[in-house]
Amino acid sequence: MTRLRPFLVPVALLAVLAVVPLLSLDIPVLFGGPLDTPGTLGLLALCLVFAGVALTYDLLFGITGLLSFGHALYFALGVYLTTIALTKWEWGLGKTLLVVAGVGIVVPLVLGMISLRVGGIAFAMVTLAFAQAGQVLVQKNPDGLTGGEEGLGLNYDAIPDAFVGVLNTRNLYWLALAYAAVVFLIVRWTVNSSPGHVLKAIRENAKRVEVIGLQPFRFKLLAFVLASFLATAGGVVWLMVLGTGASPQVTTASFTLALLVMVVIGGAGTRYGALLGGFLYTLADQRLGSLAGSSTIEKLPSVLETPLSEPLFILGTLFVLLVFFVPGGLAGLGARLRRVRT
Amino acid sequence: MSTFVLLTITGLGLGAMYFLIASGLSLIYGLMGVLNFAHGALLTVGAYAAWWMSTKIDGSAGVKLLAGALFGIAVGALVAALIELVLIRPLYRRPVEQVLVTVGLALVLNALVEAIWGFDARAFPVPTWMIDTTSVLGASIPNDRFVEIATAALVLGGLTAFLRWTRYGLIIRAGVENRAMVTALGIDVRRAFTLVFAIGGAAAALAGVLSGVYFGVVDPSRGTSLLIFAFIVVVIGGFGSIGGTAVSAVVVGLIQQYANYYASSGLGDLAVVLLLAIVLLLKPEGLSPKVAH
Repeated sequence: MTRLRPFLVPVALLAVLAVVPLLSLDIPVLFGGPLDTPGTLGLLALCLVFAGVALTYDLLFGITGLLSFGHALYFALGVYLTTIALTKWEWGLGKTLLVVAGVGIVVPLVLGMISLRVGGIAFAMVTLAFAQAGQVLVQKNPDGLTGGEEGLGLNYDAIPDAFVGVLNTRNLYWLALAYAAVVFLIVRWTVNSSPGHVLKAIRENAKRVEVIGLQPFRFKLLAFVLASFLATAGGVVWLMVLGTGASPQVTTASFTLALLVMVVIGGAGTRYGALLGGFLYTLADQRLGSLAGSSTIEKLPSVLETPLSEPLFILGTLFVLLVFFVPGGLAGLGARLRRVRT
Repeated sequence: MSTFVLLTITGLGLGAMYFLIASGLSLIYGLMGVLNFAHGALLTVGAYAAWWMSTKIDGSAGVKLLAGALFGIAVGALVAALIELVLIRPLYRRPVEQVLVTVGLALVLNALVEAIWGFDARAFPVPTWMIDTTSVLGASIPNDRFVEIATAALVLGGLTAFLRWTRYGLIIRAGVENRAMVTALGIDVRRAFTLVFAIGGAAAALAGVLSGVYFGVVDPSRGTSLLIFAFIVVVIGGFGSIGGTAVSAVVVGLIQQYANYYASSGLGDLAVVLLLAIVLLLKPEGLSPKVAH
């Protein structure tokens, strides 16, 4: 029993989340309709995808201490390569996923070997530059492959019927939940393994790791490739969940910054924190927009109304306040409250 | 030949803008170790402040532009100084948090500009003589390119003189080299921090005004798109070095223009990224060592 104990909370949480599509609970303000309606389920699925993607970023930033500004590149790789293969090259789903998985390992392996030669701010800048190159490539629209500014619509013929259409939002929700759960398991397993201990050691003091006789470069590369590969998988799931196609917005530096904000809001390096941050950020980003049109906000004087109608203004302000007053993010806040109580 | 001259001067004009943004970034990072992500937002705020002022006063486009520019620069310096005093200073000794705060601030400032003035581009007051062209070696060059280059050259000269011959310049140069030692000598470096932030904010706002002249319009995404190239310029030039920043700004601007024209449009950006990768792999510390001069 004691051996199973650490699994109690995650399994219970997973079970609760898994039955959500079967409940017709109506939570006002937070969601636009009852939980089992396609609109709400779609939103929740999106939140779960970003919970998982935020966790992949946490593996880099929070756990290994690598400040990357180019994580969007690998997410976009999954989104664009899948869309192009299915729509332009008309491949089957199986072949597409295999190739995406292969490319999702080779690209971060090559780029990681280059960018990890430098550390700290220089590493951040190189990753930013590579991601910028990816964005330029998508904008440039070579051979009409990426659709440039317009993005690229997805061809549904190759996707199983169970994941297409409004009626099947429930299945998409479960797909997103499975993605978040798998990322969580992999990150948890990695962190608790012996390479995972080295990763944490690198975050604390890379020099000492070297003195002990280990090569930080190899372990950093491992974390980089794993996090990027999982982000690529997240891009594929996102594509299915959103169900429209690839949009150039996922290639931007702002997309990576959003991931950074998610992780810091939740609490860097804590796993649960990143999941929570990704979930809440996406929920707030989506819902604040529709709340802005609501009567409560419109009644406010224009000095307050104008900024409050911008979700990013509220999220940014919240973010700055959290950095100032709650250094460990929401997870740190939870730990602190527990300490106060005992 | 005339195309080459046009490309060169346009590239220099672009480099001038990069230099104005990058000089502030470089000094702030060199002195304080803060990578200021809000620098692009400062540029946007400065450009919009200038545009707003120019709609409030009467007169010719030249008068509007000049009044707008002065107002925009003042706003940029003021906002930057406030950011340093209120948000950066309390987080002294917590460098990661300082970077995070500037990221949040970039989101907030950009969202604020979008909320107040919307996403649409606004026409910038540009005097007709700046749109007219001058013939140089057979190429017709729009006059605003010369304004941009001259302004950046003036700022470069002014900053160099300030750093070399004034007491505060001396403190900043010494601070970039060894902050702990300057503090140990009993000099309050924090005042220099605020000053450097204000200078950087003013230069970024000036870059915003010039970008308004260069493109003819201002829009909310201007700062973010220029900021990424400014980062690349700073890294190539070496943090904390004004001279290195100027050289790398010119190189980046020129390469971008040449590659876009002679190779294929959009390739200029890729060429710059490639240049950054090469420089970092060969010389991780950038082209100049970390000394302000």
